[in-house]
Amino acid sequence: MTGQAKQNNSNHKEEQLLRAIASGNRPKPPNALSSTMAFAQRALLRIKHVPEQMFDVTVFPIIFLLMFTYLFGGAIAGSTGEYLQFLLPGILVMTVAQITMYTGIDLNNDIRKGIFDRFRTLPIWLPSALVGALLVDVIRYSLASAIMIALGLALGFRPEGGVMGVLGAVLLILVFSFSLSWIWTALGLVVRSEKSLMMVSFMVLFPLTFVSNVFVDPATLPSWLRGFVEINPISILATAVRGLMHGNATWGEIAWVFVVSAILVILFAPLTMYLYRNKE
Amino acid sequence: MSDDKQTGDWAVEANGLVKVYGKERAVDGVDLRIRKGAVYGFLGPNGAGKTTTIRMLATLIRPDAGSARIFGHSLADEGAAIRSRISLTGQYASIDEDLTGMENLVLIARLMGYTTRQAKARASELLAAFGLENAAKRQVKKYSGGMRRRIDVAASIVVTPDLLFLDEPTTGLDPRSRNQVWDIIRTLVAAGTTVLLTTQYLEEADQLADRIAVIHQGKIIAEGTSSELKASVGSGTLNVQLLNSEDQLRATEILQNKLGVSVFVGSDSVSLSAQAKDASLVAEALGELARAKITVSDFSLGRPSLDEVFLTLTGQVVSEEPDAEEESS
Repeated sequence: MTGQAKQNNSNHKEEQLLRAIASGNRPKPPNALSSTMAFAQRALLRIKHVPEQMFDVTVFPIIFLLMFTYLFGGAIAGSTGEYLQFLLPGILVMTVAQITMYTGIDLNNDIRKGIFDRFRTLPIWLPSALVGALLVDVIRYSLASAIMIALGLALGFRPEGGVMGVLGAVLLILVFSFSLSWIWTALGLVVRSEKSLMMVSFMVLFPLTFVSNVFVDPATLPSWLRGFVEINPISILATAVRGLMHGNATWGEIAWVFVVSAILVILFAPLTMYLYRNKE
Repeated sequence: MSDDKQTGDWAVEANGLVKVYGKERAVDGVDLRIRKGAVYGFLGPNGAGKTTTIRMLATLIRPDAGSARIFGHSLADEGAAIRSRISLTGQYASIDEDLTGMENLVLIARLMGYTTRQAKARASELLAAFGLENAAKRQVKKYSGGMRRRIDVAASIVVTPDLLFLDEPTTGLDPRSRNQVWDIIRTLVAAGTTVLLTTQYLEEADQLADRIAVIHQGKIIAEGTSSELKASVGSGTLNVQLLNSEDQLRATEILQNKLGVSVFVGSDSVSLSAQAKDASLVAEALGELARAKITVSDFSLGRPSLDEVFLTLTGQVVSEEPDAEEESS
């Protein structure tokens, strides 16, 4: 390139830049729905570019289901086929509940990388960043549920509640998981590193999912433990999901799941938003 | 700008801003006046309080004391109004590294309120203007340092802000990329944007900023144009090269006595430098060296650089190493 050409080129670039700057007029700020959708789209693009993050909702459920069916089936129920009827609804609840903690980890990563600051200086409805991400997580949870149920059916799971019962059960799990996620978003804003966040999340989730009626009938437990198992939200959800799948759920069991979900959202969504707004 | 309250010419007016972290006063009473359309440089070493001040002005953290107005809007009560006038390019890439350059800009444009189609058009326009059209479909984590900085600035001007905060825009860039970023900043200013930039590179403040605040341990210790700051430290620096390093101690003593200031010895132990209040003292000092039979191989009396300004003001040498641990919270 000659000096003259270089000069022209750089003038051209500068003009292009000036034009781009001049045309950056401010549109009307987006409404809550469009900003939420923009964040949901971001989450979908992240799945496209980092497909490994789908491991937790694909491979993880398969391993869990196979592991627990064949490990405990013979010992607890006498046969794996029998146990599967009891176990599958519960293990589905447990798996999805455990996957919810990745929501907090993603948020925690955003904060540490700096993009969080950018979002917070935008003129948008603040919760949309979280709600958009949570909506895509609901898609992930549906995928995990579909994979587990398909595998279960192949292994001999026969839900007496039929298609509607199974769909209703999955829907209930999604409502609960969306609500549970707000605990992790709140924690994700408080805890400094990804590692410690994982640790805290596991400390909450492990007892919650294992000390429940997912694996065993609470009637076999000592009474002090049974007390905890019966009020454990995971048990409440597992009971309703099991009932729906086998066609013997009561409205009361289902209503309790909604009550627990509402309590989680009422407590943790405002807390998350408070922390989000005031994060230093 | 008709929607401004009666603010006159100020983009930023801050009074006594304070931010305390634990026992440390990260920002300790900062007053600021930034004129609309100006480039204002915040100069200081790591941990001086630059980032914390910017984050307060950008509504990201609340000051523990003090108040500020951005285009007349109160920082305490009108955060939303302020956010619609400003943009922040943080010290770390504030875009999603897993997404492509195009996807990042489209995301920001949609969050600004563009429709998807307008957002795509705007993103393409910006990518071309920043010389990134060929990298549009590449994930940002595969960008070079300079490209990353450019996409970051591009994301900040999807909607042209009235006030742009740039936190260490060129830290870690090679000279060519640095010049590109400087050109972008100059063009933005020419188009009417007010810029507040932080830097630990004195040359950068000198090159870009109309006015400079030197910040040290949370306080502004000097403020003015680059020439005012330079003038405030006297006529310049005397640099002396000795022929023999054995003479160093005696020479240092002579210069210290004659000039009445402390003398800095270079790492080669034959270059000495000292601030000179006036040129006649310099002549006397050099004469004294000759009488003491100290051979001077070279000397010069230079206009003070901002480095020397900083040195004189703080008594400390500016650390040139970018340090990622600064105020990252």
